Amino acid sequence: MAVSGLYGGRFVAETLMPLILDLEQQYRAAKLDPAYQAELKDSAIHYTGRPSPLYFAKRLTEHLGGAKVWFKREELNHTGSHKINNCSGQILLAKRMGKTRIIAETGAGQHGVATATVCAKFDLPCTIFMGATDVERQKPNVLRMKMLGAEVRPVTAGAGTLKDAMNEALRDWVTNVDTTYYLIGTAAGPHPYPEMVRDFQSVIGTELKEQFRAAEGKLPEAIVACVGGGSNAIGTFHAFLDNPEVAIYGAEAGGHGVDVENGHAASMTGGSPGVLHGNRTYLLQDKDGQILEGHSISAGPDYPGVGPEHSFLHDTKRVTYVPITDNEALAAFQLCTRMEGIIPALESAHGLARVIKLAPTMSKDQSVVLCLSGRGDKDVESVGNYLGLL
Amino acid sequence: MSRIEKRFAQAKAANRPALVTYVMAGDPDLATSRAIMEALPQAGSDIIEFGMPFSDPMADGVAIQLGGQRAPAGGMTPRGVLGMVEDFRRKDETTPIVLMGYYNPIYIFGVDKFLAAAKDAGVDGLIIVDLPPEEDEELCIPALKAGINFIRLTTPTTDDKRLPTVLHNTSGFVYYVSMNGITGAAIKSRGAVGEAVERIKSHTDLPVAVGFGIKTAEDAAEIGRHADGIVVGTVLVDAVGKSLVDGKASDKTVSAVRDIVASPAAGVKRARE
Ligand SMILES: Cc1ncc(COP(=O)(O)O)c(C=O)c1O
Repeated sequence: MAVSGLYGGRFVAETLMPLILDLEQQYRAAKLDPAYQAELKDSAIHYTGRPSPLYFAKRLTEHLGGAKVWFKREELNHTGSHKINNCSGQILLAKRMGKTRIIAETGAGQHGVATATVCAKFDLPCTIFMGATDVERQKPNVLRMKMLGAEVRPVTAGAGTLKDAMNEALRDWVTNVDTTYYLIGTAAGPHPYPEMVRDFQSVIGTELKEQFRAAEGKLPEAIVACVGGGSNAIGTFHAFLDNPEVAIYGAEAGGHGVDVENGHAASMTGGSPGVLHGNRTYLLQDKDGQILEGHSISAGPDYPGVGPEHSFLHDTKRVTYVPITDNEALAAFQLCTRMEGIIPALESAHGLARVIKLAPTMSKDQSVVLCLSGRGDKDVESVGNYLGLL
Repeated sequence: MSRIEKRFAQAKAANRPALVTYVMAGDPDLATSRAIMEALPQAGSDIIEFGMPFSDPMADGVAIQLGGQRAPAGGMTPRGVLGMVEDFRRKDETTPIVLMGYYNPIYIFGVDKFLAAAKDAGVDGLIIVDLPPEEDEELCIPALKAGINFIRLTTPTTDDKRLPTVLHNTSGFVYYVSMNGITGAAIKSRGAVGEAVERIKSHTDLPVAVGFGIKTAEDAAEIGRHADGIVVGTVLVDAVGKSLVDGKASDKTVSAVRDIVASPAAGVKRARE
């Protein structure tokens, strides 16, 4: 079953098919089960710390001189990003399915940390696949995962980034399909993952809508999120898709610039539809259908694909996807840190860079809300290196 | 009768399973790969599975992953794979050739264009790992219409309830994956494989070949007692890799593959003794 039309699908090996069909059934049942929903809600409130605040960024607003700038503060969630929203939902599903082992892929390590966290809480062994390059550039998160009891397996294949970690996780899953639940970290992969992850992340947009109404008595004129695989973005966007008066922007990783060959990871701006990791979606690929390695200053958004629902929203033009370069993200990172006292994740800084361009073009009575998907503690070392502070 | 049907019928008449050999197209370079391909039938291979390189082979172990990196580095492309089949067909009209790989390179080539070119080149069948029956509209049905067999993988997780779905549009033969795992992993129980083959046979008249994890003459002989075909792949691609000198083919590359094929070829001959 496709997400819509061309995109989505279940392009997986037969070994995994029975499990994926079972997962879909179990998810449908869980969705309708009040006990499951109650447990999820309780965990959101008391463990994650939801709802996350909607914050008016006063100095940034004055500095940019246009629309009011707001942050939906997912970085204040337990573990420091939106990733926990998805993990909390999927871990309960894994328990329901009787699985005894969890695997996950991670890029920046935020999903790995969130997975290791829920595995500690539910006493399940977990193995996290992480590209060897990413293990190097996201050391603090590697340590966190290990302390939480996870096994971190560095993947040296390819460029040693998120795509390779996902390949290796799929290989492990095929091998241990009887016992193992694959906790995918973004709104991609075979159906029903993209839909499931979107559902779990949709709490971001649902809360945002209510909080903004309470604050301003209307809907925001624009919302913005960064797009790696697309989970925080689809979670932010979903509640607004049927409100055409709200402009929606996704910030892709533009790396060194979309004109630089192999120098970016903007799958929608610079890619074309293809089939990878269980779904059809926009991908970075060559003319022979070989997948290219993306580049980004931030691990995670360098993934060469994107969740299938974003491909659909790109084609229908409901969402405008724009590339943000490494340098723009770095500048946004610093501005946010100095003006608001919030150190954002480099991923989220891509979204902020879009806001920095957008706000001045809007009027002062208008508003733009950014999903601040994560905090930047994990990035201080690599940013310090870039800026020559170390 | 198609080439594939004919081959399985011949093996059956000789009271032995057919030997299916997997090599990566274009590994490590075009000329060497061509020589390997031509050496396979002489070495005892009944059917050739020709791997189409893909950057992200999620069902393959390290040996085939590496082969899949060497081939494009040596210039192999999807069109190049078809060109090699075409050249092979000029010399060999009878050995069936089955292309094995992943969907994206075919999707990007263009499904109809690819099938027409494959048919023209003399391709007999396709095994596409990431196309389960749920995605039959993509390639399976167009392939059947184009007169190319679509050979499906069944696995230990394919239970009796699902098996008819998997067998529905399968043609040529059924490929039973001996274990939950990736290519090159070890078979845990040969006995369980035999039982699984018998179970599949109770659902279909198509020949059943077993692959993944078959390495030795003993594996071939024992699994070949039940199976209509056995597939060896990883050991051959690994032999190519080990024969290289400074990353390039050596004078031992072709003979290394030929030598390795000899052992399962002996195994299939004594499988029914
Ligand atoms: C803080 C943060 N934001 C965004 C992302 C990108 O993932 P997604 O697009 O799925 O939200 C990641 C993970 O890579 C992340 O850690």
